[in-house]
Amino acid sequence: MYSILADTMFFPPERSSVAGTVDGLFDFIYYLSLFFFVLVVGFMIYFVLKYYQRPGHTETPSPSHNEALEITWSIIPSILVGVIFFFGFTEYLNMREAPENSYEIQVIANKWNWLFRYPNGAESSDLHIPVDRDVKFLLQSQDVLHSFYIPAFRIKMDCVPGRYTWTWARATDTTGSGIDDSSHDPFHLFCAEYCGQKHSQMRALVYVHETADFELWVEKAANILENNTPEEAGEILFKRKGCAQCHSLDGDNSAKYAGPPLNGQWGTDRQVLPRGSSSPITVKMDENYVRQSIRQPNAEIVVGRKPGMTVFTPQLLKDEEITAIIAYLKTLK
Amino acid sequence: MSTITPETQIDSGHNDDPSSNYLTSSSGFMSWAFTLDHKRIGVMYLVGIFGSFFLGGVLALLLRLHLLVPNGLFGDWVSLDRYNQLFTLHGAVMTFLFIIPSIPAALGNFVLPLMVGAKDVAFPRMNLASFHLWVFGAIFFLIALVTTGLDTGWTFYTPYSIETQTNVIAATIGAFILGFSSIFTGLNFIVTVNTMRPPGMTWFKMPLFMWAIYATAIIQILATPILGITLLLLMGERILGIGIFDPSMGGDPVLFQHFFWFYSHPAVYIMILPAMGIMSELMSVYSRKPIFGYTFIAYSSIAIALLGFLVWGHHMFVSGQSPMAAVIFSGLTFSVSIPSAIKVFNWTATMYKGNINLATPMCYALSFIFLFTIGGLTGLFLGALATDIHLHDTYFVVAHFHYVMMGGTVIAFVGGLYHWWPKIFGVMYNEFFGRLFCAVVFFGFNLTFLPQFVMGSRGMPRRYATYVDEYQIYHVLSTIGALTLGIGMVGAIAVLVISLFNGRKAPANPWGAATLEWTCTSPPPYYNFAHAPHVGSPYDYSDLKYDARIGGYVKDPNASKTTPPDQH
Ligand code: HEM
Ligand SMILES: [Cu+2]
Repeated sequence: MYSILADTMFFPPERSSVAGTVDGLFDFIYYLSLFFFVLVVGFMIYFVLKYYQRPGHTETPSPSHNEALEITWSIIPSILVGVIFFFGFTEYLNMREAPENSYEIQVIANKWNWLFRYPNGAESSDLHIPVDRDVKFLLQSQDVLHSFYIPAFRIKMDCVPGRYTWTWARATDTTGSGIDDSSHDPFHLFCAEYCGQKHSQMRALVYVHETADFELWVEKAANILENNTPEEAGEILFKRKGCAQCHSLDGDNSAKYAGPPLNGQWGTDRQVLPRGSSSPITVKMDENYVRQSIRQPNAEIVVGRKPGMTVFTPQLLKDEEITAIIAYLKTLK
Repeated sequence: MSTITPETQIDSGHNDDPSSNYLTSSSGFMSWAFTLDHKRIGVMYLVGIFGSFFLGGVLALLLRLHLLVPNGLFGDWVSLDRYNQLFTLHGAVMTFLFIIPSIPAALGNFVLPLMVGAKDVAFPRMNLASFHLWVFGAIFFLIALVTTGLDTGWTFYTPYSIETQTNVIAATIGAFILGFSSIFTGLNFIVTVNTMRPPGMTWFKMPLFMWAIYATAIIQILATPILGITLLLLMGERILGIGIFDPSMGGDPVLFQHFFWFYSHPAVYIMILPAMGIMSELMSVYSRKPIFGYTFIAYSSIAIALLGFLVWGHHMFVSGQSPMAAVIFSGLTFSVSIPSAIKVFNWTATMYKGNINLATPMCYALSFIFLFTIGGLTGLFLGALATDIHLHDTYFVVAHFHYVMMGGTVIAFVGGLYHWWPKIFGVMYNEFFGRLFCAVVFFGFNLTFLPQFVMGSRGMPRRYATYVDEYQIYHVLSTIGALTLGIGMVGAIAVLVISLFNGRKAPANPWGAATLEWTCTSPPPYYNFAHAPHVGSPYDYSDLKYDARIGGYVKDPNASKTTPPDQH
């Protein structure tokens, strides 16, 4: 009966594999505390009722110390806190180290929102995870301290700028079915480290899906082509796939960038060296040239540059994605 | 430095009329502002501290009102920014301006030299300087308050505190100056206790309040410089960009937390140890029993002071510190909990077979035991690593530290104030209203903070200006409680203030206490004692008899000099 009371009063529902143990320890400390509280306050009230000052009542001598008593009441609490300490840290160690083969999600905190990045490149601002699977959260912050807190999972870890931290959870229940958000009843995710003006609004929702639903969701989330115009999708892909690391978009032709700049080039002519040849030829920057430069980058090298670009196979970049990138390149002045 | 002779501390304009006391011996603003008398300095501190408490309390009530509804009660007037400044200034004012100086600087200053049977503290000028520094520090806080405010939280965590546009510099300068004030007070007390005890007052015949203040003073002088250095580094970071805490310059923001808590955890004991000292006096006097387990209480004050330096890392369990560090800090944290727990047992046992006088100070002492026990026990949930991960930075922590700081320190402080009030001002307050408001405070306090344990464990984070609807019920309860508590506190202070005007004249020893301050008249004469007091056992009440004609206790010449309680 009491434990039902404690459960419902003190906790959000237990929704992760560690929540049960954490709550168990909480309950243990709770009952122990309750016991000692009743003991101390009980004696206090009893003494007050029995010995309060009234006509005819005086104090009676009693020892001002008692070694046996004092030793007992030092040792018993010491043992009990030792037990609490022990359970606290064994479970903590389990909570700190993610099991091997966890599904890894990157969590990027900034003022004042969360960005979740999944292994297939999908990104979202609410968290979606599969049920019954160990999920490791790799945490980072872009600006100040934040803290990643999901009460239903009993996990929390600070996001520290300039470092990686991590935590993990294994959700035990789904929040609904299907990949449509409206058919879910998500959990809260809070920022628990004060981070300035909108700290209290740095919240997100946590959706826990059936495994199959999750696969669908994350696939769809990664599939940005369907949800954007080709130009927008191209821009996202250009950045996400790493093109931007080697090609400037502001005309910078220096060695800071391994590849030539790509803005304002559409439809222009350029000098390239075909593989194995020593005399350059002139080609026009059009759809076919771009597509070839991605699929077989070393076939024709722009004069003055060294071969070395990643060969983007269809696994890395699908044909439709190249089409989107082309649409984007056309817009660059 | 040797001992102080009365001549070195005579204020100009002092009057030698035997019927005068320290309050009437001279008058005028200057005779107070530049007095070297520890009693006047104590009284000035008392005024300043209550001013701060009032300011902090008004901010607290605004906070609580704001939180009545999920999106904030005052709409645009208390915007997110304003809420952030409110909770920061409430915390900073309560911590730096009120609670750290409260018991040591106000009551300690007044009582300690009297308890030692001395004319003053060892360095009266330094004592005055300490008060002036407190005033300067407070001014800087007010500057921060009325200019752009401060919104970092009282912890000043980097890197936020490096980039915020609010007045971090004014507040850190303020805290820096207050640090010196605190160090001066601590230093003074250490030297006073070491060199000025009268013959016969061995260490183990010292009242426990003195032990507690002594232990506190050790922390004040060892820990406060760390805060000073940390704040200087923070200013350097903001003004010069030295890059030690700023991650964008390769600095480490967690390093700041280590520095900060290396001071601020021991500071928690600066807050609570003196309160424990008051408790030991009250429980014994009002039960008319020697304190149970004197030796343990005395040693444990020192043990708490020293162990308190080793546990700062428990504020950082989720900061990404190594699991090994976390485990060590957790273990050490539990080790400090034992001495505190045993003290509670000792106080309770002191009542056994006593003659318990339920005067207002005792009512506060009993409420302390109730509240502090809750505060202490809820610390166990935070010391245990697995549960702390969930509870850290939630309202559970807010409730826990208010139970310790307000339920513990403030309650003991008010109890102590009622206890020494007749000595300080020479008047008796009204018992009925004293107890009534004590009850209101007790009830309001629990209604404010008990619901916060529940909402915290249900996941409500702290420092939130807005929150999700499901926590509203707890916030509503808490706000109603806070208003009740506010009424109770104002009432409790009013009872004391009103007694200044209509209070019955206090006898020298209204409670039958055996410590030396009760052997001089109330209020004490300028020189404290006409004759060097006779040092007896501080907790032996057997030769004190109530005399109804003067309404106080007097030494009974017929009482056989009983042997002092056995103290190993
Ligand atoms: C009337 C009694 C009081 C009430 C109603 C009250 C209420 C509050 C509230 C609502 C907060 C903000 C919690 C948050 O958003 O995280 C707070 C924070 C705080 N309070 Fe109080 N408080 C009271 C008395 C005190 C006292 C007596 C002290 C210490 C001496 C104190 C020290 C603090 C501190 C240090 C903070 C943390 C500030 C921060 O997060 O930076 N409070 N209090
Ligand atoms: Cu945040």
